[in-house]
Amino acid sequence: MTASAARVIPIHHAAAHTQEFVRIKNVDKVYKARGRALKAVDNVTLDFREGEFVSIVGPSGCGKSTLMMMVAGLVPVSAGEILIKGETIRKPYTDVGVIFQRDALLEWRTVIENILLQIDVRRLPRSKYEAAARALLNRVGLGGFESAYPWELSGGMRQRVALCRGLIHDPKLLLMDEPFGALDALTREQMNLDLQRIWLENRKTMLFITHSIWEAIFLADRVAVMSPRPGRIATVIDIDLPRPRRLSVRESKQFGSYAALIRERFQAFGLLNED
Amino acid sequence: MSTDATMPRPDKLPWTAHVATYLYPTLVTLVLFVIWEAVTQAGWVSPLILPSLSSIIHTAVVKFPLLMQMSGITAMEFVLGFLLSVAVGLPLGAMIVYSRPLETAFYPILVAFQIVPKAAVAPIFIVWLGTGLSSKVLIAFAIAFFPIVIDTVVGLRSAQPETIHLLRSMGGNPLQVFWYVRFPNALPAIFGGLKVASTLAVVGAIVGEFVSAEKGLGYLVLVANGELDTRLVFACVLMLTLLGIIFYFIIEITEKLVVHWHVSARQLETLGGGA
Repeated sequence: MTASAARVIPIHHAAAHTQEFVRIKNVDKVYKARGRALKAVDNVTLDFREGEFVSIVGPSGCGKSTLMMMVAGLVPVSAGEILIKGETIRKPYTDVGVIFQRDALLEWRTVIENILLQIDVRRLPRSKYEAAARALLNRVGLGGFESAYPWELSGGMRQRVALCRGLIHDPKLLLMDEPFGALDALTREQMNLDLQRIWLENRKTMLFITHSIWEAIFLADRVAVMSPRPGRIATVIDIDLPRPRRLSVRESKQFGSYAALIRERFQAFGLLNED
Repeated sequence: MSTDATMPRPDKLPWTAHVATYLYPTLVTLVLFVIWEAVTQAGWVSPLILPSLSSIIHTAVVKFPLLMQMSGITAMEFVLGFLLSVAVGLPLGAMIVYSRPLETAFYPILVAFQIVPKAAVAPIFIVWLGTGLSSKVLIAFAIAFFPIVIDTVVGLRSAQPETIHLLRSMGGNPLQVFWYVRFPNALPAIFGGLKVASTLAVVGAIVGEFVSAEKGLGYLVLVANGELDTRLVFACVLMLTLLGIIFYFIIEITEKLVVHWHVSARQLETLGGGA
């Protein structure tokens, strides 16, 4: 992780920000539909450091996916600025692996070819990455499934393939938009454990979008809590739990207090009504 | 590392299922033929209105060289008409998807052209191109190309937005999005259009021959009808049906080979297996 050392820092940036890998500065997103303007994201400011795991948790439709799309450069910001390694994002950022809730696997490609899509599109030599693709598959427990087609796999297995596809080119940044949202509870827990393990191996900078409070705390170094639309960052909570975290960490007092903090925030938004 | 249970590959069909697939329709057809033969042999229907099946087959055998010669001509007309409609329909569909101005300019004209009864304009094509091959090819093309255009447009537009975002985050350009995602994703729809077009092209060739021709099965139908040779008319219809079936199956087999990964190709197996 020497990229920050080699980076040229613009003079007007304060020295305190040298470590920030992604900077989201006062970002708005306004959608115009049928003559009406709809504010999806409202004045969001959030920085994260290289190698940091940041979760954004928020209710459905709060603009957290939009925020991720803006970081990826796939959706333009309406106001404000997003910088990665000091450069303003104006077009799709490519040193990245993106994983969506829908796995977006190509049905006509086998498992290994779906992973190598990343290589094909980037016009990199396949021969250099095939072994890596197989190794990745082994790491996520899919060794032997190289030549299976996506329709032969379960939802959890498909999402693992999507994860491999997001990692094969060894990007600096991983963006995950509710990647486990469509999986059953048990598979989801396993995926959380696997993701933590893979992340601990290479510590990529991670932006993880979820609406699960539990998942956000379990995985992240910091959890940003977003308000309902228009989405604002309500709180950022540092998660100080030792890694590797086990599932039982959920029962710890500390975990409980983090969860309570986020839940209180949601209740303040009028989201969770217990009466 | 856990691995979720795989969906089992559909097993090879039991031989009884294969037999049923072919036996049942064959049996029904045979029963209908027996009733046909019985009714005509009993003299309940004039042979001028409905000749017996055996006499039709007899005619087909006696006039086999003539029928084959005419079949060759008609087949040439509809195959060329079909190929022309593919050559025009696919790029036109792609252009409509990719260019808003072209869509605005061409789509209403396309729809209007489709509403014009092709049989009514067939005489014009004859005036333009003469009574030979080219006018029949053009009529077959005019009838057949519309479903190819429409299904190409529908298919190319059906790609998941996530998949396209994914390609862009890999640095993919629009051409790569087309080749890696949109086009393969459109193939099942395109083959749907090709199948419809294949049957329409046959209709087009016959319509052309009905209007004006010196050869071909449609021409032979008119001649035989004028001579009250109902048996030869039926023999021609039989040949046309055979040609149409062969043509349709060539496309269907190609489809099975090209889009073997698609739901439509898989369901046949599983449904057949369950029967």
